[in-house]
Amino acid sequence: MNHAELQMDAQGRLRHFLTIEGLSRQLVTDILDTAESFSGVTEQTVKKVPLLRGKTIVNLFFEASTRTRTTFELAAKRLSADVLNMNIGASSATKGETLLDTLRNLEAMHVDMFVVRHAESGAAHFIAQHVAPHVSVINGGDGRHAHPTQAMLDMFTIRRVKGPDFGRLRIAIVGDLLHSRVARSQIHALNILNAGEVRVVAPRTLIPADAASLGVHVYNNFEEGIRDVDVIMMLRLQRERMQGALLPSEHEYFRLFGLTEKRLALAKPDVTVMHPGPINRGVEMDSQVADGPHSVILAQVTHGIAVRMAVMSMAMGQKAQSGEGNA
Amino acid sequence: MIPLRKRAAFVIRGGRVIDPANNIDSTTDVYVQRGKIVGMGTAPDDFTADHEIDAQGRIVCPGLVDLSARLREPGNEHKATIESETRAAAAGGITTLCCPPDTNPIIDTPAVVELIRHRSEQAGFARVVTLGALTKELLGERLTEAAALKQAGCVGLSNALLPLSNTQVQRRAYEYAATFDITVFIHAEDFWLANGGCAHEGAISTRMGLPAIPAAAETAAVARDLALIEQTGVRAHFCRLTTARAVQMVARAQYDGLPVTADVATPYLYLTDVDLVGFNAQCHVQPPLRGQHDREALRAGLARGTLSALCSDHQPHEADAKLAPFISTAPGISGVDTLLSLGLRLIDENLLTLPEVIARLSHGPARILGLDQQGIGTLSIGKPADIVVFDPNQPWRVNTSTLNSAGHNTPFMNWELKGQVTHTLLGGKLVFQREG
Repeated sequence: MNHAELQMDAQGRLRHFLTIEGLSRQLVTDILDTAESFSGVTEQTVKKVPLLRGKTIVNLFFEASTRTRTTFELAAKRLSADVLNMNIGASSATKGETLLDTLRNLEAMHVDMFVVRHAESGAAHFIAQHVAPHVSVINGGDGRHAHPTQAMLDMFTIRRVKGPDFGRLRIAIVGDLLHSRVARSQIHALNILNAGEVRVVAPRTLIPADAASLGVHVYNNFEEGIRDVDVIMMLRLQRERMQGALLPSEHEYFRLFGLTEKRLALAKPDVTVMHPGPINRGVEMDSQVADGPHSVILAQVTHGIAVRMAVMSMAMGQKAQSGEGNA
Repeated sequence: MIPLRKRAAFVIRGGRVIDPANNIDSTTDVYVQRGKIVGMGTAPDDFTADHEIDAQGRIVCPGLVDLSARLREPGNEHKATIESETRAAAAGGITTLCCPPDTNPIIDTPAVVELIRHRSEQAGFARVVTLGALTKELLGERLTEAAALKQAGCVGLSNALLPLSNTQVQRRAYEYAATFDITVFIHAEDFWLANGGCAHEGAISTRMGLPAIPAAAETAAVARDLALIEQTGVRAHFCRLTTARAVQMVARAQYDGLPVTADVATPYLYLTDVDLVGFNAQCHVQPPLRGQHDREALRAGLARGTLSALCSDHQPHEADAKLAPFISTAPGISGVDTLLSLGLRLIDENLLTLPEVIARLSHGPARILGLDQQGIGTLSIGKPADIVVFDPNQPWRVNTSTLNSAGHNTPFMNWELKGQVTHTLLGGKLVFQREG
């Protein structure tokens, strides 16, 4: 089953949200517009709408996360859903319970939606293929494959700052492309929104095979890669990559690929700097850049709530609006 | 119906008899008595048939020889058993199966060889030959008692899908095997380059975010292995090649006169990494399905004969083994049910002739296993009557009711295939006949 068949219903509406790959520009725009309407809610003193009242959402996290889980939790609560956080980590696996058994047990508690984070690519797809028909699955990050809500909040942020015409934007994604689910989802989203140019910038050890086939231009030189770009999207570099013979040292990485104020001057004067967090200051970028006037890193976090509200309410679709219960 | 598994005198009448080893392709009768083929065309003197098999409009050929079939016994009987899989093999026209050493316990002592022989003879559906472990417990460090394993009946030595700890062990193991004229069966994959990956490194693995295995994992290993084959003079067989470049390297080595053969498994002729899209765990195999260019080169290599055997690489699994995120699923495809039909499909795709397909499925693998001298993979007079009769045009659909293996894990589910076995004889006993 391809992505589209799995995550869309017969009317072309979201059933699950697993990947951005294959979504229409209209749907991506709808998500951004819906998020825009919710961002008003999150700025009010009473930050709740009753769209998912009576629904139960389980944050099913097989991999540690603070930021993503917290913003999903806030988003669900602001939609008036009941939220259960399950940090499964390796515990169920070590007890010998299969993923499918974990799922069935939770389903038996009449859950309406799973937000899934898992270390293996394809885990959210697998769960979506096996949940009961009334249950929606939102991918909160699977292996190196996809992190679609992160990419959507990045698009939301770019649209807020740069306006709706992505066609005039030149965007550089910098860092560990090889292991990054965020980058893969960002690339799909930017191409769907018809971005003018998408560049990926990293040493060759951090660029996956045939990366150009994703619809990007590959740069191995940082200065060339960020020259005249409108947006720089930095990726997180995990420290354990130093052990895998992928990079010689954090020092050399920062020297060649770290974002400093001096290098930032190579980009457009009004360049926007983004990072999905958490930042390794002094490895990926200087503090002056992270905290400087071009940075929208904290705005990204704020936008994450509205975007996740949008995706959750759209995936619940008719059920949310009509208030039908399945429990 | 003819009684099963009783030795009797058979005449197989009016079929198109194809025996590539003896260059036979003609419509004629085959006579079987006392477990052996006793005549072709005219009955031998004082021959009286107990049973007649009508083969008109059908093909009569040597029983198929499958170079690699994991039967899951001993050790994984929850997946399948020797009885269940040899029964399925008989229904698929396969009369000889070669079992790799990665059973549990591992085939590194004559006792395990004996156990498998005993169980397969008890079942009585197919000959099962074994590859012994090249190293103790397949750990890649200490040599097994190769001479004893050969004496016990192993047709070769292999370290299955597991790596040798270093090239010195590899050199010594090859030298020791060469001492006793034993063929080594090699899975050419560099452990470090494969790096625990599960998909071919390319656009698809990049898009799906799957840990990837570069083509160089295979070609670097083949280059190293060929150097050591040349150094030691061992006779070697490359199992399940997957890359265009490796086929080219083996062809070159054969041209240079090195004693090397190679095979391909059916899935690699029909599927590529594109079939993984949607995280289809039925396409999770080791080594991985590669690109279109590689698939075409494997087909060409099979047609040219660089790859002289087509095997099923049969790996039956219980349903649960494939019910997990792609990376966590057990690799492997259940293949004995579809081996013949997927082979025959190559004729419709204008790649091979019918006699060539039969050669790659019988005499080719029998030669690699050194069983051709016993007449396995041939219809030679006086040799064991391992014979399959099939209708090459009979269509069937792959589904849970048509699969005979205990493993229903196949990416070919719901494919419309052609070619159905009607009778299988093993050593002059009917071990399978299709009802109706």
